[in-house]
Amino acid sequence: MPASDTAVRAPAPPDTLKILIAGGFGVGKTTLVGSVSEIAPLRTEESLTAAGLDVDDLDGIEEKRTTTVALDFGRITISDDLVLYLFGTPGQQRFWFMWNDLALGALGAVVLVDVRRPKVSFAAIDFFERRRIPFVVAVNGFHGEHPYPVEDIRDALALPEHVPVVLCDARERESCRDVLVVLLDQLIASAERTEARV
Amino acid sequence: MSSRPSAASEVSGGDPAGRLVRPFTLTGGRTRPSRADFTLITTVTAVDPPPAGAARPQPEHLRILRHCARPVAVAELAAHLDLPVSVIVIMLCDLLEAGRITARPPREVSGVPDLELLQKVRDGLARL
Ligand SMILES: Nc1nc2c(ncn2[C@@H]2O[C@H](COP(=O)(O)OP(=O)(O)O)[C@@H](O)[C@H]2O)c(=O)[nH]1
Ligand SMILES: [Mg+2]
Repeated sequence: MPASDTAVRAPAPPDTLKILIAGGFGVGKTTLVGSVSEIAPLRTEESLTAAGLDVDDLDGIEEKRTTTVALDFGRITISDDLVLYLFGTPGQQRFWFMWNDLALGALGAVVLVDVRRPKVSFAAIDFFERRRIPFVVAVNGFHGEHPYPVEDIRDALALPEHVPVVLCDARERESCRDVLVVLLDQLIASAERTEARV
Repeated sequence: MSSRPSAASEVSGGDPAGRLVRPFTLTGGRTRPSRADFTLITTVTAVDPPPAGAARPQPEHLRILRHCARPVAVAELAAHLDLPVSVIVIMLCDLLEAGRITARPPREVSGVPDLELLQKVRDGLARL
């Protein structure tokens, strides 16, 4: 087939990856996605199910196994052939068990913590820890202020040493980019350890 | 950013009757995708030119085809067409069966980590 025939064809589809942005309600997830995304955050509805849960995860949930949840997401084009999507997970605590579907196939996660209300992000931390999904904790200072040192926050959240904690401002592009770079550094370090073992 | 969705509307759980009537009519009453291989970040691309002898697509299918002349992720399609992902997936199944689109699954990330890929993502992010 002559080259002129193929020239108008659609480009080859890129490889795609995703990272989850989790944390309690109102901690700045959508703000962070908007800060680093090359497009304004998009919103879509997804039916998520409670399949594959531990029995105790279903406490308090009667017969309903599927709920429609609104997801915010953004996009970062890494290269012509690689695109990264960021998905803000539904923040309301009673829906945290639905993150199972979302977490499938994710590279890792950022758990955002509002420095004034760390408790609302406990469920997210617990979720990724229990499923051994790599994550970093990003502390959103809200007024750009960080009254507590990282080590105090690590203690308050009972985070193990291997989970990075970084201070950030969800409104600042560079700050959010740095959070994602820390997550990737953690993934790379862990991949290198795996390689060294084999 | 004025288009930012409000936090209050974040979860619209419960009874999907009423509000979802129109979308599910589009899919002929089916409410479950027949294929699990359309994830949120699966990319779909319209086949151009369409296969010989292809039937003229339904208007809603045509809307999808127009939006995926270039590769686009399922989540983006759903957002742009303002339809739930589950509805988009059902229509994508139809289009895939009819040979009107191709679908590319996301990059596999479970199993042995791909250092080269991770480094590429890291470098891309650092350039932002
Ligand atoms: N002052 C300040 N406001 C913020 C910051 N991050 C988020 N907000 C605001 O807090 C509210 C909740 O943020 P949002 O990103 O929607 O939270 P989400 O529920 O986690 O997605 C919004 O009105 C944001 O504009 C921040 O770092 N500083
Ligand atoms: Mg939000």
